[in-house]
Amino acid sequence: MSARDEILARIGRAVAGAQDVEIPRGYRTTQQVDDLVGLFAERVDDYRAIVHVIPGGDVPARIDELTGDRRMIVPDGFDRAGGWPELGTADGVITGCAVAIAETGTIVLDHGPGQGTRAQTLVPDYHLCVVRATQIVACVPEAVARLDPSRPLTWISGPSATSDIELNRVEGVHGPRTLEVIIST
Amino acid sequence: MSATFLGMPGNFPKNASQAVQNSQLRYNLRKATHTIRGKRAGVVAELPDWQELRAAGKAIKDHTLRNLDRYLVMMEEAVTSAGGTVHWARDAAEANRIVAGLVQATGEREVVKVKSMATQEIGLNEALAEQGIAAYETDLAELIVQLGDDFPSHILVPAIHRNRSEIREIFLDKMPEVPENLTDDPPALTEAARLHLRERFLRSKVAISGANFMVAETGTLVVLESEGNGRMCLTLPETLISVVGIEKLLPSWRDLEVFLQLLPRSSTGERMNPYTSMWTGAVEGQDFHLVLLDNGRTDVLADEVGRQALRCIRCSACLNVCPVYERVGGHAYGSVYPGPIGAILTPQLRGMSSELDASLPFASSLCGACYDVCPVAIDIPEVLVDLRSKAPHPAAERAGMKVAGWILNDHVRLAKAQRAATRLRGLLPKRLPGPASAWTDTRDLPEIPDESFRDWWERGGPDERA
Amino acid sequence: MRVALFITCVNDTLFPGTGKAVVSLLRRLGCDVDFPAAQTCCGQMHVNTGYREEGVRLARHFTEVFAGYDVVVAPSGSCAAMVREQYPKLARPGSRGAAAIAEVAPKVYELSEFLVDVLKKDDVGAYFPHRVTYHPTCHSLRGLRLGDRPARLLRNVRGLELVPLPGAEECCGFGGTFAVKNPAVSAAMGADKTRNILDTGAEVICAADNSCLMHIGGTLSRQRTGVRTMHLAEILASTEEAQ
Repeated sequence: MSARDEILARIGRAVAGAQDVEIPRGYRTTQQVDDLVGLFAERVDDYRAIVHVIPGGDVPARIDELTGDRRMIVPDGFDRAGGWPELGTADGVITGCAVAIAETGTIVLDHGPGQGTRAQTLVPDYHLCVVRATQIVACVPEAVARLDPSRPLTWISGPSATSDIELNRVEGVHGPRTLEVIIST
Repeated sequence: MSATFLGMPGNFPKNASQAVQNSQLRYNLRKATHTIRGKRAGVVAELPDWQELRAAGKAIKDHTLRNLDRYLVMMEEAVTSAGGTVHWARDAAEANRIVAGLVQATGEREVVKVKSMATQEIGLNEALAEQGIAAYETDLAELIVQLGDDFPSHILVPAIHRNRSEIREIFLDKMPEVPENLTDDPPALTEAARLHLRERFLRSKVAISGANFMVAETGTLVVLESEGNGRMCLTLPETLISVVGIEKLLPSWRDLEVFLQLLPRSSTGERMNPYTSMWTGAVEGQDFHLVLLDNGRTDVLADEVGRQALRCIRCSACLNVCPVYERVGGHAYGSVYPGPIGAILTPQLRGMSSELDASLPFASSLCGACYDVCPVAIDIPEVLVDLRSKAPHPAAERAGMKVAGWILNDHVRLAKAQRAATRLRGLLPKRLPGPASAWTDTRDLPEIPDESFRDWWERGGPDERA
Repeated sequence: MRVALFITCVNDTLFPGTGKAVVSLLRRLGCDVDFPAAQTCCGQMHVNTGYREEGVRLARHFTEVFAGYDVVVAPSGSCAAMVREQYPKLARPGSRGAAAIAEVAPKVYELSEFLVDVLKKDDVGAYFPHRVTYHPTCHSLRGLRLGDRPARLLRNVRGLELVPLPGAEECCGFGGTFAVKNPAVSAAMGADKTRNILDTGAEVICAADNSCLMHIGGTLSRQRTGVRTMHLAEILASTEEAQ
């Protein structure tokens, strides 16, 4: 008997006669938040990421100001002309996102247009992410509902961090040590 | 890591009595567990629907386990149609064989690893080493454990028993490139680990991971992490092999909305962990293999009481609140799964034939703190008590408990025994001999009263008083 | 109100003073207290140590002895939790035993529950002019969820100064046979608990379980601290006249 068949047969025997259960979904699947942008900005800031809340028209100038001389990766589809430094030598990456979650201060990339590959948003030490106010949802269930599981997804909540030494939080391990978020209103 | 827990001698009481003597360990553990306890309590209190999420999490897992065969087949189909390859492993040896074979097929002799409990459980690193394949742990705590030739002692923070100066010593000893003036400042130690692993990430062709969740409906795997070592391993190498316990399954995509709230808040005490990666099949040109691991899980599933342990999402909240874990640490449990969940999982996965494994169900005062914080409501005390009834008992204890049961089953016998105790109380020494010294070594005995309550009642005590 | 007292084997044998206090307190509050003489032990020690067969026999005995009563009061959070929380898991669903348990278990109250929830009293007219700290035992805290019932009762005791216990919700390390099967860990937990008790400066450490107090008190006494242990019932039974 193959391992597959044997494992499936063992399961069948193990659960024979067991009751199935209904799944109670009494938790909140949506939330009413008056100031989504404000909550999102506050929660991203809690992770010690840098947050800018500015009108859409000011975004290009702010990007120029923030990126300055940095050798930035600007993925295809990002609304700005840019360079393509080698992955290993880039100073930073600039992306948009698929959705953002206010309650948890999370940005989700689905690596579609303007969001680069998974490696491009990981290897450089600086990640600048532009979030449109309309992309912000209140809570996790709203985000899950908006996302496409067939795409690779990267959920980012602040810069990389570790608490492995005496549970002391240290920001900046292998992923970008600086996460900067521009919320375009 | 070069050490494995399998076949570890001793028993929990013996291991624990040594561990409680280690004041440095006690200090490290107390500080760490109390810190994370507070963080967890804070972020859990933020969610008004925590109990509803917990109830949903429990039910989703129970429903999945009830229909596990069906959902595994669904998972297999979804991964396969997304370009991945699915393998099935009955036990540790079979899983290790599959993984070693997949690595050998790439021609590589080195792999990078994302922290994974399943691969620790099966001793994958040791099995790969036997085949001449070097496995490098990339999670900071796992790296500390691996470089220190040590055992992990916590599910989430395997090096929780080490303090900063011990970690500095390990790094100075085992990382050739670190400068001698390395301080024990956590950011400096973290930077040393970053530099140590950087090149390895960029050149590795094969990575091995576990997964926190897999979604049957879509074939998606989910890994939660903090440092970015997970993202490095999951995305940069050409070949990715994920070894995942069959109980990690969730039926539908939607179910993640529950677990992505329960896990980070219970585990690291954060609203969300820094990075979560989700992928379905072969992504961005990668070669993807999923190894579905049984290794005793179907035996656990067959136990009506014990099967709830398979709900576990490895958050480690139960370790962090456990008064026993806090005082002895993880090594005393002799398993990659320490603490309360380990005390119910290890004896079920490995059986209770060794002295150590048979002692684990008794490694608890049944205080219930673990059940209270468990995000999937595993009634750990209930399972402990059930396992105790299946564990072998020492002959003397069995005889004593039989006699006690006989006396207690009849009030006349009980009254006689009480009167005998009163008559003989003068003979009772302050320090008892033999096994009873376990009480009197640190505690005085209560005084035996002149008469029992029932004798007082029988002779009309209450009315005398009135 | 007619009340059956389930004294518990530990109180009956080692702490009869607690039982006497319960009787005097309940009579003072107008209850008619009955003591079913055939009662023995709830079976917790056997069940929790893995001797299920003996434990089930004791549980059956308990359900027979207390079958006819409307209210059963026990001065022990642990034994009350055993009956209410663990008994239902001992019998096969649908069996006669299960039916007997379903009949009796909900009528069993821990003392403070009975006072606050059934008699609707959080002031029992007690007087106890001492500095007291309270340890919520695990089974009363996380099993029965007594919440602040014991503290409410204590706060209304005349003359009593209730001081908070740091780390109150942490287990004292007793855990039944855990205390002798894992003596080193039990002692370490007990040492931390007694240090917290001493830090409060209280004269008396009070709890709703004499088994836990036996462990805490044994540790305090070995350390010659002078801090006394008292069951909640004994404090609540104290009156000005009796002082």
